[in-house]
Amino acid sequence: MRKSNLINKIKQLIGFSDLVYSLVAIILALLMGALLIFLSGYDVTQAYLSFFDGAFGSFYNMGQTLLKMIPLIFTGLAVAVGFKSGLFNIGGEGQLYWGAFATAIVAIVFPDVNGVVLIPLSLFAGAMAGGVWGMIPGYLKAKTGAHEVVTTIMMNYIGILATTFLLRNYFKEPGPIDQTPLIPKAARLAELIPFTRLTWAIFLGIAIIILFDLFFKKTSLGYNLQAVGENAAAAEYAGINSKRMIVISMFLGGLAAGLAGSTMVLGVLHRFITNFSPGYGFVGIAVAVLGRNRPYGVLLSALLFGALEAGGISMQLFAKIPMDLMTIVQGLVILFVAAPSLIQIVYGPRKKRQILFDH
Amino acid sequence: MKILELKQITKSFGNVLANDRVDLEVEKGQIHCILGENGAGKTTLMKILFGLYALDRGSILLNGKPVTIQSPSKAIDLGIGMIHQNFMLVDRLSVAENIIAGCEPKKGMFLDLMKAKRDVENLSEEYGLRLDPEARVEDISVGEQQRVEILKVLYRNAHILILDEPTAVLTPQEVDDLFTILRKLKSDGKTIIFITHKLKETMAVSDQITVLRDGKREGTVKTSETNPHELAKMMVGRDVILRVEKKEKPPGKIIFQTRNLFATNPISHRRLKDINLTIREGEIVGIAGVEGNGQLELEEVLMGLRDIDKGEIVLNNINITKMSVAKRRELKMVHIPSDRLKRGLIRSQDVEKNLLLGLEWNRAFSRRGILSQSAIREYSHRVIDAFDIRCASSKEQVDSLSGGNQQKVIIGRELSRDPTIIIAAQPTRGIDIGAIEYIHRILLQMRDENRGILLISAELDELMSLCDRIGVIYEGEIIAEGSNFTYEELGLLMAGEKKERSQRVEEI
Repeated sequence: MRKSNLINKIKQLIGFSDLVYSLVAIILALLMGALLIFLSGYDVTQAYLSFFDGAFGSFYNMGQTLLKMIPLIFTGLAVAVGFKSGLFNIGGEGQLYWGAFATAIVAIVFPDVNGVVLIPLSLFAGAMAGGVWGMIPGYLKAKTGAHEVVTTIMMNYIGILATTFLLRNYFKEPGPIDQTPLIPKAARLAELIPFTRLTWAIFLGIAIIILFDLFFKKTSLGYNLQAVGENAAAAEYAGINSKRMIVISMFLGGLAAGLAGSTMVLGVLHRFITNFSPGYGFVGIAVAVLGRNRPYGVLLSALLFGALEAGGISMQLFAKIPMDLMTIVQGLVILFVAAPSLIQIVYGPRKKRQILFDH
Repeated sequence: MKILELKQITKSFGNVLANDRVDLEVEKGQIHCILGENGAGKTTLMKILFGLYALDRGSILLNGKPVTIQSPSKAIDLGIGMIHQNFMLVDRLSVAENIIAGCEPKKGMFLDLMKAKRDVENLSEEYGLRLDPEARVEDISVGEQQRVEILKVLYRNAHILILDEPTAVLTPQEVDDLFTILRKLKSDGKTIIFITHKLKETMAVSDQITVLRDGKREGTVKTSETNPHELAKMMVGRDVILRVEKKEKPPGKIIFQTRNLFATNPISHRRLKDINLTIREGEIVGIAGVEGNGQLELEEVLMGLRDIDKGEIVLNNINITKMSVAKRRELKMVHIPSDRLKRGLIRSQDVEKNLLLGLEWNRAFSRRGILSQSAIREYSHRVIDAFDIRCASSKEQVDSLSGGNQQKVIIGRELSRDPTIIIAAQPTRGIDIGAIEYIHRILLQMRDENRGILLISAELDELMSLCDRIGVIYEGEIIAEGSNFTYEELGLLMAGEKKERSQRVEEI
């Protein structure tokens, strides 16, 4: 394939102007971050050097970035799927907990089953649990009109507390920590690079991205979901049952978020622990926004957030600069993506094309 | 004497040249029409004159002196006033309050409402614009609201008035009233610039006409020395058939009927009252009416997009009253929606995806839920050819097509489905003459193919030339129905005047 061809393909997949846009946002955020590091009295060069080294500097460090990226692929996708059909799924966190819990329980309950069966089975359980948990707010919206932002936020609390309750009362390992026993070795995902805990879950993530991209581009159902998201009135006009689409979309989103929990359990934690997620479900919102709700965009932006996380840790470790500064950079990225006019000030006034002629 | 001269006005938006070296000379005390299709650059030119857009190149001379107009307030200072297409009034305030808003008469630091009222009364007396200064704007008719807008401009001492498509929202009688007002203003020495795309109005009211096409001036002519045919040719750039040929043809059996249909729109509180419609094979039934009299509700109710309170809808002896939109579409009902951007298109998608809308599960395009790109592409090319949709490719985003071509996407999609009944609502609104001509022809072709058509429209010419029967809708009710109304009769009926002698429904 010729190079220009390849570039065109990439442009098509991600949406070129959106890509430029997101890149500008990232660069701006890094510059602002540099200013903040400087104002806080640290050495900017040293900070960013150790940051980039921590994120991409070695095979091991790359592995850390990819590891941090995995749950964000799934939760980012969970939010993006919702956005595609006009829904704001803030329930990723609760869906993730149910996914993690169901996966852990299935793995623990069938300790003697071969891994070839057990791993898909527990992944399936996690995906379904997350999906069903996501479907509930979808159903409520379709039936009663209850707004999904409100219900998914509520369902987060219920989900996190309900899994904790079940854990404490039925599945808790003896000891001071609220956690299940370890899952059998057969259920654990194999590491790609020794001692990194980076498993082939990354490939599962990429596969899911590809599947969702194809789903939206090539299937009737995917087309329907997007039609509802892009113009609900036109979808209704065409005879598309938007209520059913709402439920399906929330199910698919929940399914993705559930897999975030499943892969955490099978690949990293090897058990279910209460409060294990540092808010992957919420970071997923940022990932989806930066990725412009496109599957491949989500993949790239998950990579960025993974790098910020991994690099931030190394910055704190080696340059003794608080990791919070990288969290601020994350916030700034979102701010710049979400506030287009801010970028336009820097990026130059983009010529407005859709100006009112007559009408 | 030339009061206003625009010289070589050029304005571009991005790559689009909206005005390309346009010259315009307006004589004092005349009514000057700016005629052109949608997108010809009429409104852009006037917005430049009114200070809403900055010009790229060119100059403006007022009374022979060059001026720069960088804002509407500067334009008003120079005595230029603009009456916009969409009124900019505060519904809750009175007529007088609306007129003075922005330059209120004061007594000390207080608003002198009494003086405001007197001023407005004097002004409306002077120009023969009948208005009650104390009425609230929300309670008066659209025609009266327009008068408020005109008075607003006069109150600010404008001597050049720009009216942007002022007749779009008016009944024929209100249009006549407006023209009387304009002539009165003219005789008082005001200069009027009148933007329109309607030939008839141009001929009726103007002294001079400047035609714009594709952002360029096509020519300026004296009204007394031209005719509609020549103007149409200037607008479109080729010969246009203004009248459509309709074959005489007896209608066939009844295929669509509504019985005692009632419905309520909970948001606008508009109601449909006792709608009894009958459509036969090979018949175009028209619904005339001023917009907002229940047309939208009717269209939605028939397609199943809105619930009804009571009544029945029957298609080919099947009671479809309770059927979903999808079911009705399966029974070959198709729909050209009045709001094409809101209902008819997914603007962010390409032409292909828009032609697929509603057919995405059809076996021809989808096997076990997987879309067949090649089948879709091939079908799109067929529709694009058959309906003469002008687009760069079937992958072009619908948003970048012209209004006429967007409408053809919808029409192509709907009419390619071998329909039994076509609900066409305002199918030619806001699109250019060429496309209108085309749509009229295709609707007649559908009629000759023995399909039934309900044509909801606000354009009397369109209804009178296409329809076999016309019903008039007023406040949610079909107040008259017949097949040989005159223009004037329809106009009066649209304004709600029930005439004793009007042909009352030949109900079946």
